[in-house]
Amino acid sequence: MSQNIPMVPDNQLVKGNHDFASLTKLISEIPQERTPLWWYIAFGISNLVLAIMLAMIAWLFWNGIGVWGLQQPVGWGWDITNFVWWVGIGHAGTLISAILFLFRQGWRTAINRFAEAMTVFAVMCAGIFPAIHVGRIWTIYWIFPLPNSMQLWPNFNSPLLWDVFAVFTYLTVSALFWYMGLVPDLATMRDRVKGRVSKMIYGTFAMGWTGSNRNWQHYEKAYMILAGLATPLVLSVHSIVSFDFAVSMIPGWHTTIFPPYFVAGAIFSGFAMVLSLMIISRKLYKLEDIMTLDHIEKMNTIILVTGNMVGFAYAMEFFIAWYSGVEYEKFVFINRAFGPYSWAYWIMITCNVVSPQFFWIKKFRRNIALTFILSIVINIGMWFERFVITVTSLAQDYLPSSWGYFSPTYVDVLTYVGTFGLFFTCFLLFLRFLPMVAISEIKGVLPQADPAYYRAQNGNTKSNK
Amino acid sequence: MSSKDHPYGILAEFDNPADLMDAALSVNKAGYKHFDTYSPFPIHGMDDAMGMKPSGLGWIVLVHGIIGLLGGIALQVWSMDIAYPVHISGKPYLNFPAFVPVAFAIVILLSSFGAFFGMFFLNKLPRLYNPLFNSSRIAKATDDGFFICIEATDPLFTVNKTTDFLREIGATHTETIPN
Repeated sequence: MSQNIPMVPDNQLVKGNHDFASLTKLISEIPQERTPLWWYIAFGISNLVLAIMLAMIAWLFWNGIGVWGLQQPVGWGWDITNFVWWVGIGHAGTLISAILFLFRQGWRTAINRFAEAMTVFAVMCAGIFPAIHVGRIWTIYWIFPLPNSMQLWPNFNSPLLWDVFAVFTYLTVSALFWYMGLVPDLATMRDRVKGRVSKMIYGTFAMGWTGSNRNWQHYEKAYMILAGLATPLVLSVHSIVSFDFAVSMIPGWHTTIFPPYFVAGAIFSGFAMVLSLMIISRKLYKLEDIMTLDHIEKMNTIILVTGNMVGFAYAMEFFIAWYSGVEYEKFVFINRAFGPYSWAYWIMITCNVVSPQFFWIKKFRRNIALTFILSIVINIGMWFERFVITVTSLAQDYLPSSWGYFSPTYVDVLTYVGTFGLFFTCFLLFLRFLPMVAISEIKGVLPQADPAYYRAQNGNTKSNK
Repeated sequence: MSSKDHPYGILAEFDNPADLMDAALSVNKAGYKHFDTYSPFPIHGMDDAMGMKPSGLGWIVLVHGIIGLLGGIALQVWSMDIAYPVHISGKPYLNFPAFVPVAFAIVILLSSFGAFFGMFFLNKLPRLYNPLFNSSRIAKATDDGFFICIEATDPLFTVNKTTDFLREIGATHTETIPN
């Protein structure tokens, strides 16, 4: 019966006239060719920026968190803003690799490796901030479920402790998922590279993978289970991050809309980050056949959807503040839009709500230059969203006598900038040494990968069934 | 010499996923048990063609998940109610709703370990030596090659008859793999 239903054909996922061998060649040759000059330059700059971050963290440990702009009443400033921002960016990788896998979206294969790598590195950058913001860094082990010297255990009623478990689990599961996806491709690299040492290194990490179907069976099962586990995980991680705010009694934080609102924002910023990185990489490595305009268009559609969800959440916060009748809540939101931080609020609205509206139009969704610019604008906007949430609620809450205004110091700024050094150092190493597209998965979405393709050509003569 | 007498198996190459699947079905129907197919990506329908049982990985993951759930609850009950109960802003010591997020995270963490390490365990990987790599052609299996290997441990295996059989079902190239 299914043959009688005409299907709307999707655009070809891989452009150009590729077969299995040409795809292997295209992707596996990138780590084998001579390191391009631009890579050395970019890697050098990233290392320098990473060094700045390390210096700033050393300075912070030496002096204490007074070197940041934190004081009463604003005890969470750029540190928590940066943490939430980086974790949010990480969410796109898991969304692409897990949720789009469960929804059988074949186009994800072109970008999932890339996005998963981005996730792992972004969560690493995120993890730095809660770790270093504790003040007395030598007691950082108190976040682990261990009794301290007075036999006291951490408080499991606290969302801050939930956050430790959620982010640690997220980093671990993302890394496992990423590595498992890499195993068949590392085997491809092992069978292609020339040098003895590189063959040994790729071979070691490929674990003796042969492509045996008895292995593929367990592998596919494991992949599906991990996708099924990562899906509720990715939704829970940013929900738990939002609990850091929502479970407290600060006006502007104590709202039930936070978990879905944070998750939508996370996907929004993560897709923007994937687009920024992808648009550069596909050009530099000539991967336009794999990461096509159709991919950019589909991702822009998701950006439009999540952007509007975020915009809806902003409006709903205002509505509920009014509808709740709580004076403090009402004040906080009017103060956000028209108070001392109104500049940050309107940057946020412009970048997150206004700018994605371009993507209603197909021509703009398929415009690479505009997409690149907007992807950066969106990430700036999402940083400001976290800044507005974190800082405005603390700066002016209940008693006017204890109001304040937060200004960052150079250490705040350079630590944040420095995390880009860590991110890009890791990301450039990934681009240089690992296959940046999932080779085995992209072959699997070619029409030639389906036995039915040959049976249709041979008029079903060879079919045994 | 001795490797000639005791080969690891016969490796046969096929043109494309459809030929490989048909061949796998023929090998399965001929009664061979110790054989495997090799391809650069998983081919859907191959498990049935080879007559394989479904993967048991789900059970491993389930056990890990249950251990994670019990362990996560036990950890929190132990530290909040038994080891050192602390009165925190009027909350009950056994504050189960607050224990959900951490227990959930531990369930996911242990289940993922179960899926990841369980997959390698069931596949008997990592493996330090595999005679299959003695073949010069098997490297194509991670590129664009489609292979069947019938192993010498199979009761029906004899070098000549198995080679002839594989050629008969459409192999474009066959090779005896030394052990």
